[in-house]
Amino acid sequence: MANTTRREIPARIVERERRKGQLSSVFIHLCLFVVAVIVIFPLLWVVGASFGPGGGLANTTPIPEDASFDNYVFLFTETGYGRWYLNSLYIATLNMVGGVALSALCGYVFARIRFRGRKVGMLAILVLQMFPSFLTAIAVYMLFLNFGLLDSLTGVALVGIAAALPYNTWLMKGYTDNLPASLDEAAAIDGAGRITIFRKIMLPLMRPMLAFVAVMQFTMPWMDFILPRLLLQSPSKQTVALGLFDMITDQYANEFTTFAAGAVFLAVPITVIFVIMQRYLVAGAMAGAEKG
Amino acid sequence: MSTTKTPSPRVPTPARAPREPGNTGSSGLPAPVPGIASALAWGAGQLINRQPGKASFFFAFYAAAITWEMVTGNYYAGMDFTPRANGGFFVKGLWGLVTLGDTPRQMTLTGLNEGDNSIVLLANGIIALLTLCLLAIIAIWGIRDAARYRARLAAGEAPERSADYFRRIWEGAFAYIALSPGLVLIVFMSVLPITFGVLVAFTDYNRDNLPPMNLVDWVGFDTFAQIFSVPSWSGTFFGVLTWTLVWAVLATATTYCAGFLLAVLLASKKVRFPRAWRTIFLLPWAVPALVSALVFRAMFNGQFGPISQFLVDIGLTDERVYWFTDPSNPNLARAVVLLVNLWLGFPFFMALVGGVLTNIPDSYYEAARIDGAGPLQQLRYITIPIVQRTCTPLLVLAFVAAFNNFGLVYFLTEGGPDNVDYRFAGSTDLLVTWLFKLTLDNRLYNIGAVMSIIVFFIVGTISVWNLKRSRAIREL
Repeated sequence: MANTTRREIPARIVERERRKGQLSSVFIHLCLFVVAVIVIFPLLWVVGASFGPGGGLANTTPIPEDASFDNYVFLFTETGYGRWYLNSLYIATLNMVGGVALSALCGYVFARIRFRGRKVGMLAILVLQMFPSFLTAIAVYMLFLNFGLLDSLTGVALVGIAAALPYNTWLMKGYTDNLPASLDEAAAIDGAGRITIFRKIMLPLMRPMLAFVAVMQFTMPWMDFILPRLLLQSPSKQTVALGLFDMITDQYANEFTTFAAGAVFLAVPITVIFVIMQRYLVAGAMAGAEKG
Repeated sequence: MSTTKTPSPRVPTPARAPREPGNTGSSGLPAPVPGIASALAWGAGQLINRQPGKASFFFAFYAAAITWEMVTGNYYAGMDFTPRANGGFFVKGLWGLVTLGDTPRQMTLTGLNEGDNSIVLLANGIIALLTLCLLAIIAIWGIRDAARYRARLAAGEAPERSADYFRRIWEGAFAYIALSPGLVLIVFMSVLPITFGVLVAFTDYNRDNLPPMNLVDWVGFDTFAQIFSVPSWSGTFFGVLTWTLVWAVLATATTYCAGFLLAVLLASKKVRFPRAWRTIFLLPWAVPALVSALVFRAMFNGQFGPISQFLVDIGLTDERVYWFTDPSNPNLARAVVLLVNLWLGFPFFMALVGGVLTNIPDSYYEAARIDGAGPLQQLRYITIPIVQRTCTPLLVLAFVAAFNNFGLVYFLTEGGPDNVDYRFAGSTDLLVTWLFKLTLDNRLYNIGAVMSIIVFFIVGTISVWNLKRSRAIREL
């Protein structure tokens, strides 16, 4: 008898626990659902607006009745969007290639070679990395203004590379530190030079961090506002970020649907990249924080 | 052991001390002599040490610097020499750095004369100074090399040929060669502008004083004094600073708490399709912040925006709410900015905390359950401490990022609503957006530069403090 009661009590508790569990499960899903709605609504709204009938902000809906591509056609035929997009693409590509190449090389050197000035160099990197990049941007603006160097896309990319280089070098160095040194030692014994070791052995191993830096360097210029605003002036040299900002700050918000189309066209590729590479990107950001 | 030393004393002799004990020949020279010689004319010390290769290496820099100065300047002027008119790269550069020019552009009988552009002079001066620093390093290297080599000879070591020396150096030079492209870029795109920006803070370069029409002057700490003593400036500064700090604390805290909460919810085994939820919640992080901020700006548009419209439609408010432009209600704008920031910022922390949670071994929780801990206690005593430990440095970084979050505030509100008590700043302006407005819209470059320095000190202090706690500094 004692046995059965002992079994029955757990059974009743289990039943109660199960119902409690169901309740909390419903509650959790409700919470998640509410958050999901809050997250999705603005995005859905702007996508809807981009397909909606043209015009102002006032009559936009998340799900337009007569959807069309008119806004996209307008965007590429009547505004400078195509031009801006190419400008941004140019800056982003240069920024990515330059940033990855330089930071990989510098990171490798700092991680693997003991040379005089190494400590000073790394300390300098840490200090420079603390200096907010827009402060540099403002000084660069004053300099370029007086030397007549404004309005150069390459200049924007170069300043961008330099501004991110200390941080990226730090990331690359941290990553390379954790790679086994036995590999390059073995290669060195086999007679490989520094450059060969770097290209043939280290670069393939550094691939995850290269990918992280590449994505960051490529996506950053699309969203960067201060630097291009300061350094670019003529209408043909605008970037997507500048163009979109000007569209939306228009006093009467008349161009809102065009803006929406432009925003969607900009956001979709970047969003896809981020979602696909989320694991890399979060890990990379954490590595950066751990290292300083 | 100085038997193998070079016997012949063919060296310039004045410095030879006759009281040398046993040593014979040039090895008896005291070490400072070649050093001093090298200081006077680079490479001379190496020549005394009988290393012609090295000597010509150092002398090449010496000659190049002097030639460069001669060629860029005009040294035929003789007695009429002035740094402004005849100085070369270095002399005129330093002269410009010190004086910032002395001849304003003026109308003369022959038309406009060529005045000095103080800012160009300042920048050229910095470049000349940086070059001189580089040369100074080479000079010190030469002097030390001369003295040390002599000391080593005196100590009885075998002489080394210049070629061997350079081969030895070259093998160790890969690091420097590999670093040089990055270094050049950083010097010209970061160090030079930063130096320039810092120096501008000590000048009167602003819209009332624009070159080339006017000359800019050094004013010392006047601009700093102006910001802290003129009431309208100091009022704006401390008002903006207070809001920036409040904003940074709240923005970090809210995003972290929300991200933490969602991560814990998602980690629950009861959740169906956790990966689908996770991907949805990551969207605000994946969508470019610029786009989302501008979209929210449109949604919260007072006149046409859908949110105001919605509130009127359901009868919650009688008239449209001017979220960002109502000067009588600055805290409303601030609250909305914080909310939008929460939308943008929670996914990052959710992903982070989620990553930490998956790494906590299940055995911890099992042990706690056996000891009779409920879910809340498990959260309190296991989850929170572990997550906290990993995330603290990130929280500091997030605080700094929020402190400098130019994009969100500028894209959403452009600093508005207007604040009549502030100078060139609105109620939601952070230090950085104010700084941007001061520089770009109002051309108050010197005040902007002072603000930059202040921001750097605040951010730098926090970062250094954070760094000292992390292991990064120990790994240097």
